[in-house]
Amino acid sequence: MKQDVVIRTVCRLIVPFIQIFALYVIIHGASGAGGGFQGGVIFASSFILIGIAFGLSDARQRISEKANTLLSCTGLYLYAGIGVLCIVFGGNFLGYSFIPLPLDSAATRGLMAEIVEIGIGITVMAVMTSIFYDIAVKEDM
Amino acid sequence: MIPDHLTILVVIIPMLGAYTTLLAGWVKRRFCFPIAMVTICIQFCISLMLLYQVMKTGPLHYNLGNWLPPWGIEYVIDPLNGFVLVVLLFLSLLCCMYSRRCIVDEIEEKKIVGFYTVFLLLIAGVCGIAVTGDLFNLYVFLEISSLAAYALVASGREKKAIFASFNYLIMGSVSACFILIGIGYLYIATGTLNMADLARLLPPLYGSTIIQCAFIFFIVGLSIKTALFPLHLWLPDAYSYAPSAVSALIATVMSKVGVYALIRILFTVFTPAFIIMEIPVMELFCWIAAIAIIVGSVLAITQTDLKRMLAYSSVSQMGYIILAIGIANSAAMTGGILYILSDAVMKGCLFMVAGAFIYSTGFRTIEDLKGISRTMPLTAVAFFIATASMIGLPPTVGFMSKWFIALGALESGQWFFVVIILAGSLLTAIYSWRVIEYMYFRDPDMAHQAAVAGANDPPASMLIPILVLASACILCGIFVTIPLEVIEPSVTRLLGGT
Repeated sequence: MKQDVVIRTVCRLIVPFIQIFALYVIIHGASGAGGGFQGGVIFASSFILIGIAFGLSDARQRISEKANTLLSCTGLYLYAGIGVLCIVFGGNFLGYSFIPLPLDSAATRGLMAEIVEIGIGITVMAVMTSIFYDIAVKEDM
Repeated sequence: MIPDHLTILVVIIPMLGAYTTLLAGWVKRRFCFPIAMVTICIQFCISLMLLYQVMKTGPLHYNLGNWLPPWGIEYVIDPLNGFVLVVLLFLSLLCCMYSRRCIVDEIEEKKIVGFYTVFLLLIAGVCGIAVTGDLFNLYVFLEISSLAAYALVASGREKKAIFASFNYLIMGSVSACFILIGIGYLYIATGTLNMADLARLLPPLYGSTIIQCAFIFFIVGLSIKTALFPLHLWLPDAYSYAPSAVSALIATVMSKVGVYALIRILFTVFTPAFIIMEIPVMELFCWIAAIAIIVGSVLAITQTDLKRMLAYSSVSQMGYIILAIGIANSAAMTGGILYILSDAVMKGCLFMVAGAFIYSTGFRTIEDLKGISRTMPLTAVAFFIATASMIGLPPTVGFMSKWFIALGALESGQWFFVVIILAGSLLTAIYSWRVIEYMYFRDPDMAHQAAVAGANDPPASMLIPILVLASACILCGIFVTIPLEVIEPSVTRLLGGT
């Protein structure tokens, strides 16, 4: 299957679109349909597609197991960090409007919610890819 | 600033700790244990401060994201939560300390990073269940802690543990589904997920079928989670094949938080008016609990493996708490909530002792332990004290809690259950006396003489938690007024109207 030109070309073509769509879903999570989880899963699906079409080692080169660990932690730190930041500025946990930005309350809430969604997106992407790696490795043995 | 946010910090800190452990373990594996230990220490201090605050100023309310309660998620701490939280974190702290040396033999080295990460996630989930005042939030944390527990059970080298964990996963997921359906029904009927708001909106709907359906789904789901007979089938395998530190953790922390969730949903969400007047479920609880006490003990008597015997004894001990919930008067509830403390302390101690025997000698079966008290005296003494508490000998905490439950049964005129409590104690004495007799009064078999003679009390990091729990069995019994000071207001709050 690795030799199949059609699969590899289509995969190469489609992966950027999948990733852009994933970013769109993540960014519009707070204000429209979608969200961090859905976007993260879509983003991970692009790596899974690479893994299927080019083989696991190729996918590992693009995003390694260690990078996955690091990214999944980063996403969660981003989420919890925003929450703790709100506590620092005198609000409750995740009380976004307390963060002193030169914006009105609704815009601050929206912006902070986006950052939290991005954090979720990063973590979900990393964890989904890493689950795929684990399952695929077991298959090899 | 910080004192206002302790309620949320008790959940956030272990989450952050879990991922810091994961990253630190990537740098160096031996960083994991100190980080986990420090995290749980901080949490334990927070839980004590919370309990102190609650006792001084009354229930604490915390609105996440500054959204007001019926719309936003609310965390509430009242005396019951505060008490349960302290018990849970005390046990987690000791289990974490115990795990350091204990898991060396039982878990592959490369899994240690994951072990502590998941360990902290389980504690985050458990603390979340304890502090939340929102039904759906409770479900989310229940899933976090359960998923962590499945992973921990399967983390050992034991091959059977994987099957046990799978079994636990299936049963746990069924129960989570039931609870989720129950929550969904309540949400359809009332449009709210906040517990206090539900308790306010439910009374006019008590007669409706949908609420009764939701109630039944909750009961069945939580019965599986707490391993109430006859839905306990996942428990013996999971407890006996898991690494010893994990057995101690899930037998105390996980099962107790299930009981807490059951009490919270029965008494705070559905209120005593519903469970006592509308559906005659309390009577049913009493009878099932009575069967659980007897059958669990009888099954424990037939076991040859020490950890497996303790697992069946957990089924029977769970019966006492459910019996107390079923009797539902103030004396029995006091006993039931005290039993959460006493069962956590004594079961934690017993599972740790069983783990210490495996650590020092590799023996799992009861018959192999003949004469072990000569070379492991302190461990054997701790086992004796904890079983004395489980049988219910004064002045241990087990006696006090059984006393209150029996008192409650007498007050409500259900003398039959007093007989059951006494019979249960007798059966407990039978299966635990067998172990004590082997440990103290028998000579080791020829084949095991060298192993028994060469055994030692486990290293300090394992021995200290064992001895702390054993002395807690006695101290909590003698100074029972201290926990009762917290338990009495929480019982009054729970039984509210009646």
